[in-house]
Amino acid sequence: MSKYTPILTRRYTLPQSWTLAVAESAGAYEAARKALNTMTPEAIRAEVKAANLRGRGGAGFPAGVKWSFLAPKPGQQVYLVINADEGEPGTFKDRTIMEKDPHRLIEGCIITMYAIGSHKTFIYVRGELALAIERLEKAIQEAKARNYLGSKPFGTNHPMEIVVHPGAGAYICGEETALLNSLEGKRGEPRLKPPFPAVRGAFDMPTIVNNVETIASVPDIILMGGEAWSRLSLLPPEFNDGGVRLYGVSGHVARPGIYEAPVGITLRELIYELGGGMLHPDRPLKAVIPGGSSTPVIRPDDKVHAPDPKHPLHRWHGKSHLDVPMGVDTMRGIGSMLGTCCAIVMDTSVNMVEVARNLMRFYHHESCGQCTPCREGTGWLVDILNQVAGGRGNKVHLDLLVDVSNNMMGNTICALADGAAMPMLALIQKFRKEFIEAIEKGLTNDHRLDRAIRHALLKEGALA
Amino acid sequence: MMRNENENPHAPFQPDPKEEQAIDELIAKYPTKRAACLPLLHMCQRRVGWISPEVIDFVAKRLEMSTAEVKGIVTFYTMYHHAPVGKHVIWVCRTLSCELRGAKTIQEHLERRLGCRPGQTSRDGRWTLKKAECLAGCGYAPVVQIDDRYYEELTPAKLDAILDQIEKGEMPPQSETPWRLP
Repeated sequence: MSKYTPILTRRYTLPQSWTLAVAESAGAYEAARKALNTMTPEAIRAEVKAANLRGRGGAGFPAGVKWSFLAPKPGQQVYLVINADEGEPGTFKDRTIMEKDPHRLIEGCIITMYAIGSHKTFIYVRGELALAIERLEKAIQEAKARNYLGSKPFGTNHPMEIVVHPGAGAYICGEETALLNSLEGKRGEPRLKPPFPAVRGAFDMPTIVNNVETIASVPDIILMGGEAWSRLSLLPPEFNDGGVRLYGVSGHVARPGIYEAPVGITLRELIYELGGGMLHPDRPLKAVIPGGSSTPVIRPDDKVHAPDPKHPLHRWHGKSHLDVPMGVDTMRGIGSMLGTCCAIVMDTSVNMVEVARNLMRFYHHESCGQCTPCREGTGWLVDILNQVAGGRGNKVHLDLLVDVSNNMMGNTICALADGAAMPMLALIQKFRKEFIEAIEKGLTNDHRLDRAIRHALLKEGALA
Repeated sequence: MMRNENENPHAPFQPDPKEEQAIDELIAKYPTKRAACLPLLHMCQRRVGWISPEVIDFVAKRLEMSTAEVKGIVTFYTMYHHAPVGKHVIWVCRTLSCELRGAKTIQEHLERRLGCRPGQTSRDGRWTLKKAECLAGCGYAPVVQIDDRYYEELTPAKLDAILDQIEKGEMPPQSETPWRLP
């Protein structure tokens, strides 16, 4: 891992990396110049398809394929919308791109707009990220002043404009159709699909919605060529999961943060190499949520079960889940999800019922309230877990948690309900004993999630 | 977030000519007028300190929406304050990654220092304490947001120093998020 040369983050360490002068002296806009002056939109789309760039926002849909769904009718304007409403608990990668290298995102937007025949991009940034918004706005002005945006970007007859749109605090607006409603000045409630955004999206026009990191990968795909970029991945080519990506690691590790690495490193490498290992030598790994809070939890003693030689995961049969290379399809294969690739690491001091309570409270707070199973279901889950924690647990509660979760899955307009039910079910399935114990005895102050590090914090602090 | 203290709180919201121009520019960015709703509400909240009924009336009229629609939006998103708040608003992130690294300890410390609970404003009107859901600073936990700035990798002592400085009238800059090389 030590030999790895960063691509996406190569400008992060330069002083004032967010200014045009510094970014351009380190290669920014070379790809845009190449794309707009020497390539056709079809050629760009072909490179992105060849790059096997899987969407970095959580669902892992191939970006090149998504772009090919566009079929605007005559007279229709095509919009590009960047989903920068980063809010999945555990995820904090897109923020670093916008704060440290906004020109990379803008360059990606320029190339993408040209490739999909769009003239306008909306970057929907979560409202809390004031620094990201400020730096993006500034960067757009700089790019405009250089004629990289505007009526004739890089001398072509393809006018382009980028608008930064601030959100106002709602996790659900990270769901693409809720995001579009929010962009249109409505409540961020998801829309029924179909019609998909590529047919009818922002302002009823064909729209492509992509994650920040997805679009920020485009410039290097153009410079390097799609196939070469795809080969950077450590996964076997049949997984069609190419390139490099940002990995996040938070919780009980020694060096939490965002790190860049090829697609297909293992959870073990993420935790013990990039993340610097566990926070405390006496408290080993208990569980890891691999890619944002909606992805089912993984235990270090979980083993891959794929005895059939035809099974795509057969080559990892019998190995720990921590040793399976992380990719969209490999993680799905072991019963979890890659999500946003930002892991939350928990050591043996953590009580999993408290984890469930913390996460379900989050989903209950963030449910938009449109669909009954989600609005009521998340509330029920919190309620039951509160009863259990308060020592009023009942034997039926375990089945009730499972029953409510099962009735949420697949019964709602968007995936928020699934995003709550999946981790809930996985927590019960993998830590059943702890739930039973909590139902019998309740939880005390000893179970609070910061139990293990509270002392160290206070020693430094002044909590009188 | 700074409130103009000399303003009559019940007067209809009236932007000055410079703000009018900014609003026109904002609306021109979008294909429909109402799309400017979220940023316009942010703009008004920066001036008034919260989304007052007068602001709602103004935004509805300016963007040709009904007040009910605007109210629906204001209550949907957490960043809009539906009631007056203190001079500064502190959001403490309480979601899992921060919680594992001491968010509750941070919140308890703030409750003691400010003498108020989440959702309340301190007696001197200086601080409003709020709980936040994931602020996207998970790797630099625990995180609090004060007005529009993030403060990361906090301990009670570090937070005290930040609050002391703000009480003296200077807002410490948001520190550049750490970038650790592998």
